[in-house]
Amino acid sequence: MSFELFSNLVGAFFTLCIFSFLYKDNPFYQAAEQMLVGISLGYGLVYTYERVFVPYVYQTIAIKHQFVLIIPALLGMLYLLRFSRKLGWLSRYPIAFSMMGVGMGVPMGIHAAILVQMRQAMVPIETLNLFLIFIGTIAVLLYFFFSKAHTGVYGKFVNVGKWYMMIGFGASFGLTVMARISLLIGRIQFLVNDVFQMIIK
Amino acid sequence: MKKTIPLLIVILGGLIWVAWAFSPHYVLQEVFYNQFYLPWVYAMSSFAMLLGVLSLSMMHSAKIKRKAPKWQYSYFFFASFVITCLAGFIGGTQKGGLFMWMFENVQMPMSATMFSLLAFYMASAAYKAFRARSPEATVLLIAAIVVMLAQVPLGVQISRHLPTFSQWILDVPNLASKRGIMLGVGLGSVATSLKILLGIERSYLGGGD
Repeated sequence: MSFELFSNLVGAFFTLCIFSFLYKDNPFYQAAEQMLVGISLGYGLVYTYERVFVPYVYQTIAIKHQFVLIIPALLGMLYLLRFSRKLGWLSRYPIAFSMMGVGMGVPMGIHAAILVQMRQAMVPIETLNLFLIFIGTIAVLLYFFFSKAHTGVYGKFVNVGKWYMMIGFGASFGLTVMARISLLIGRIQFLVNDVFQMIIK
Repeated sequence: MKKTIPLLIVILGGLIWVAWAFSPHYVLQEVFYNQFYLPWVYAMSSFAMLLGVLSLSMMHSAKIKRKAPKWQYSYFFFASFVITCLAGFIGGTQKGGLFMWMFENVQMPMSATMFSLLAFYMASAAYKAFRARSPEATVLLIAAIVVMLAQVPLGVQISRHLPTFSQWILDVPNLASKRGIMLGVGLGSVATSLKILLGIERSYLGGGD
């Protein structure tokens, strides 16, 4: 047995373990699920050590002698006190430091999610499609405006927003299903082409 | 000390960030952002990963200790975690080593299969949810079917106009609805950020004193 076939057989075994859940919950699926979590966590830890801790903490302090970075390293260690009943409050310091970024979120959020979208929505209405987009955007926005009762002519207009959203959700759903289906096809191709055909050969 | 200083860090730091977004001044862009904030955040973030490891390990050891339902499978978690860590720390992360072999032949097939499983569950959930019980559900169903069919050869065989119609759905009504939702989300996130910045929202600090 070649090493490639052995590797593919291991992959096929775990693929089938996960697929076995389609029949019902079983020990193979449970074991594979826990292994997936364990390996992913180990992978994350090793890469964080190699790509973050070593270059930004160890090398900067021990090799470049930027001793000021001992302070954020100590602050980072305070995260671990989250589990202590007495000293748990100290973990608020690193959390507060990372939460500072919300200050940037205000102007950046206004720019990216509001101003740019508004600018794109307020183009000259030269075609029927642009008119439909404009009406749809206004109707969807008004649908979430609850300070005025959705009744009468206003209610009927707001209802248009609901129809737009239904089409939008349908399109998103269709795209998501197709993405999952393509993954499924990939797994079946792996089982058929990379495993069964190699065994037959 | 326990709550006031963290709150002040968020408020003062947040205000500096607001200034950073508006001003191209050297002190803000270079000294604050490149020389202070980025190295500090990188130095701290590796310990946040450790917090996740500790949290999950504590959860699983408690499960084993209490002999909670399915506690035996927690051993699989520990075994795979320890083996991956040893493979990475001792053997290295280069291609050809045990670490990458495990990633390519165990982790990747399992996560891809896990996501592909969702295709079945989404199909069954869709069947239950979308049975055209109302005009709105019917519209949703039609839009989903058109978008799905347009991406496979069968769709073009049914009608050569189907891909064009699908693209129109994505470019016009879908765009309008997403833009409306995006504007709402943007307003909501800005409002939440402002609440944190002004010290009104404090739930991120956790409970207790």
